[in-house]
Amino acid sequence: MITFDNVAKRYPNGREALAGVTFTIQPGEFVFLTGRSGAGKSSVLKLIALLERPSRGTVTVSGQNTGKLKAGKIPAFRRAIGVVFQDHKLLVDRPIYDNVALPLVVAGTPLKEVDRRVRAALDQVGLLGRERSSPLELSVGEQQRVGIARAVISKPQLLIADEPTGNLDPGLAVEVMRVFKRFQEVGVTVVIASHDPHLVEQFGQREIVLDAGRIVTDTFRAGHAARMTAQAPQLSDLPDIHT
Amino acid sequence: MSGAVSSYGTRHLQALFGALGRLARAPLATMLTLIVIGVALALPAGLALMVDNLRTATGDLSSAVDFTVHFKLGTPIERVEQIAKGARERADIASITVRNASQALEEFKQASGFGDALSALEDNPLPHHLVVRPEKNASGPTEVESLRRYFAAFPEVDIVQLDLDWVRRLHSLLDVLRRVMWLVVAVLGLGVLAVIGNTIRLEIQQRRPEIEVTKLVGGSNAFVRRPFLYTGIFYGLGGGLLAALIVFGGLAWLGQAVGELSAQYGSRFHLAGLGGQGLGILVGVGAALGWLGALISTGRHLRAIEPRA
Repeated sequence: MITFDNVAKRYPNGREALAGVTFTIQPGEFVFLTGRSGAGKSSVLKLIALLERPSRGTVTVSGQNTGKLKAGKIPAFRRAIGVVFQDHKLLVDRPIYDNVALPLVVAGTPLKEVDRRVRAALDQVGLLGRERSSPLELSVGEQQRVGIARAVISKPQLLIADEPTGNLDPGLAVEVMRVFKRFQEVGVTVVIASHDPHLVEQFGQREIVLDAGRIVTDTFRAGHAARMTAQAPQLSDLPDIHT
Repeated sequence: MSGAVSSYGTRHLQALFGALGRLARAPLATMLTLIVIGVALALPAGLALMVDNLRTATGDLSSAVDFTVHFKLGTPIERVEQIAKGARERADIASITVRNASQALEEFKQASGFGDALSALEDNPLPHHLVVRPEKNASGPTEVESLRRYFAAFPEVDIVQLDLDWVRRLHSLLDVLRRVMWLVVAVLGLGVLAVIGNTIRLEIQQRRPEIEVTKLVGGSNAFVRRPFLYTGIFYGLGGGLLAALIVFGGLAWLGQAVGELSAQYGSRFHLAGLGGQGLGILVGVGAALGWLGALISTGRHLRAIEPRA
């Protein structure tokens, strides 16, 4: 699903965010990227979502070498990935419905289908009935869940999240992580950057630890291997999204 | 297939109504922009109309270059009619009127007021003549000179009378006016492009977060560009309609005075308006300039906006 082969990333200001990072993430995996602030977690996610291109090495996502992807192909590439941000990146002048519907609208999905899937996605994150609310009327946790609904509405096979629980209290953080876990259970590959060690321990998944742009450890928590050998279910098995 | 077409149409309708909605939500800014575009389009439209009216007022170019071919005394009228018949075959001649000597004398009697004195003459001193009107596309100084040579080559022809200087002057005047008009069209057209381009640029800056998020979730440049193109077209359409209103108002204000002036010269000339075709051209050019201005602006500024995590 995702392969980083000796990837380096140097920004125009000279800062080297990644230096020779190599790893592979299989389809259906749930992976935490951890490390201190500035370790390179966000840069890895940016390279996966093609918000940046590598300075050296090769990044391959769903069989596509992102460094060689032409500009005209980038929108379709991004439509295949769900991205959740710490600051949510919601359009505050649009109702929640429009925010969640945006990926389907840009993909040209028929309006009836958009309506059905927006309601299903909002139901999935517990916000059905708030479609007409402004993001500004929601709590931080609810805004994060709107961001998740928007990320999953296109039924992506890859979901990435940058500190999705960074602004949430521990209870809400667990709730949000359970939402991600449900998607992973139906076959979606989930990659989450987090600096919260307790969360990682609680959910017990593969953890790639970064420091100063290099991989320090890449470990599997208990139970992970058994799950990975099982046949990964399909996203279409998720009833809430596909009814 | 029909679903894809319907979805494509729906996306266009969404962009169209979205653009209209945004313009309606900022009525003052929209109106000010429309006024600038309207005035910029009204000036060349008014000038073009002025040139057209001037051409009509001067009896069109073809009548301004009518000329007379006088035959030598004693030339039989049959020969004159034969020459006229041959000349009518030419593509560069619109009409030829044969005036025999008797008709010429009668006209001269009435026009000169020397009727009785002329009746006392034993012989008619006036020759037969032709009044030649060139085709519109053959009324330039070069073409008229060529016609003059054609008639002058007949041995029966005494003199070909035409005021080529007047033709040259009229041509030069209309040419200058036409050039001024195109200059104004070019300069103000560029002005309209700049106004719409800048308005779109400001809107792009204002909607930068929305554009970033849209690109982040996979919106293509074409998708992001679409509402801005509609905005540009609406600015152009509105500006074109406003320009037509300005021209219409100007004509209404000037029309009566021009009518009275022409009546004093025994003419029934009245200012002609834009007409349906003129209105269509004005609004169409406005919309095309709006679209082009928006296309240039979005091409330049949208590419620079890339989503940031």
